[in-house]
Amino acid sequence: MNFAQWLLALSSLGLALLGLLFIAALMVYGERKILALLQDRLGPNRAGPFGLLQPIADFLKLLTKEHFVPPFADRNIYIIAPIIVPFTALLSFVVVPVSDDWWLADLNIALLFILALSSLRVYGIMLGGWASNSKYPLFGGLRSAAQMISYELPMGLALMGVIILSGSFSLVDIVAAQELPFIILQPIGFIIFLVCGIAETNRLPFDLPEAENELASGYNTEYGDIKFAFYYLGEYIGVLLIAVLITVLFLGGWHGPWIPGVFWFMLKTLTLIFLFFWLRTSLPRLRYDQLMNCGWKFLLPAALINLLVTAFLGLFWMEG
Amino acid sequence: MYEVIFYLTAAIAVLAAGAILKVSHPVHAALYLVISLLALALIFFLLGAPLLAALQVMIYAGAIMVLFLFLIMVMNLRSERNQSLSLPSGWKGPAILALILWLELMLLLNRYPAEETNEMTAIEPKAVGHALFGPYLVLVEAAAVLLLAALVAALYLSRKGRS
Repeated sequence: MNFAQWLLALSSLGLALLGLLFIAALMVYGERKILALLQDRLGPNRAGPFGLLQPIADFLKLLTKEHFVPPFADRNIYIIAPIIVPFTALLSFVVVPVSDDWWLADLNIALLFILALSSLRVYGIMLGGWASNSKYPLFGGLRSAAQMISYELPMGLALMGVIILSGSFSLVDIVAAQELPFIILQPIGFIIFLVCGIAETNRLPFDLPEAENELASGYNTEYGDIKFAFYYLGEYIGVLLIAVLITVLFLGGWHGPWIPGVFWFMLKTLTLIFLFFWLRTSLPRLRYDQLMNCGWKFLLPAALINLLVTAFLGLFWMEG
Repeated sequence: MYEVIFYLTAAIAVLAAGAILKVSHPVHAALYLVISLLALALIFFLLGAPLLAALQVMIYAGAIMVLFLFLIMVMNLRSERNQSLSLPSGWKGPAILALILWLELMLLLNRYPAEETNEMTAIEPKAVGHALFGPYLVLVEAAAVLLLAALVAALYLSRKGRS
């Protein structure tokens, strides 16, 4: 690669980053509006027309607050931890294909790359809880570590069915293989991945790490100002990532009749994001032991059986 | 450019590994180990083994080190300043053995000089799979049986109501 190619690669990365940050800001606004709609209230409506400038106002508020490190915290780790969460989530988007010629990188290990980054995300939350050096954040951090380890396994196993069907780890190849969306061939894998995805992003009904009423908001209790904004950003980017991944892996990505592929991609992703917000209003939070039982005693065996059946059938249907 | 990335990554890996010995806090040491493992993964990737790189991050950095950190947090380990840098009494024997191994390695490397090649072949995940479940099938199965035995033993040792 020469200099111009490096420059092109870096500038396209920068553009994608700006786009993702913009989408995350819109998602925060969208979530508050949808929650308001479903709960029969108005939602943000002061800053700008229809409250559209609310995310900017929130961001400025967080940015201009005092940058504060508690005296009892482990200073360096306390500062690094919040950066890890949005960083790993943003990096995953590098391998996601939006349409048949819109992607930044086509790795032949793309899916493993995403799983690896998602397994690194747990450090951000764990270390944030630990470095705060106070009891509720520590509990929140430990819970989140246990939760993310438990749900990563079935998540990875649920994806194996998709990999068997498409014969590749590359997301571009996986979407290209979906003349028929994999949700029809892999309904159990889809459900397992959806549930694990919600658990990985710490959203309701799996938001135990930041249970407000028992942990005083968990791992981010001691965080304020821009460091808190990083955690917040990481959560929304994570939701977007899971929605995009389900679109790419199970709903056929850019495939669809009549309108261009990019719009199909956006439509499917937005529907999934709406589903996440809807779940948040409708479901109560699980208890901790229910969460662990659900992960280890239900999702993991289901994912294993799904993998076994898919491999067995695939052996007869596919040659070689 | 790739050489620059390689040497930078290698330096990070070595420095982070050295820092593990230097720092006194268990959590900091664990984090330096994570950084060293991530740097190693990048080196694997640069040398044309993307699958190995991904597995390195997923299994070592993403699973094993998370469990280490989890244990450190649960057991609430704090810094132990006095013991970190003093050598234990019986260091001479292992040091001499390690020195002999290092000399042997140097001799071998001198006898078989590394071939200068500029082209690099990236090994596809499929090729790794074919190798593992082709010529090395028995070894894979043996490793699987070993891990299963370890799992059963761990379950046996940690069962409730043991007298």
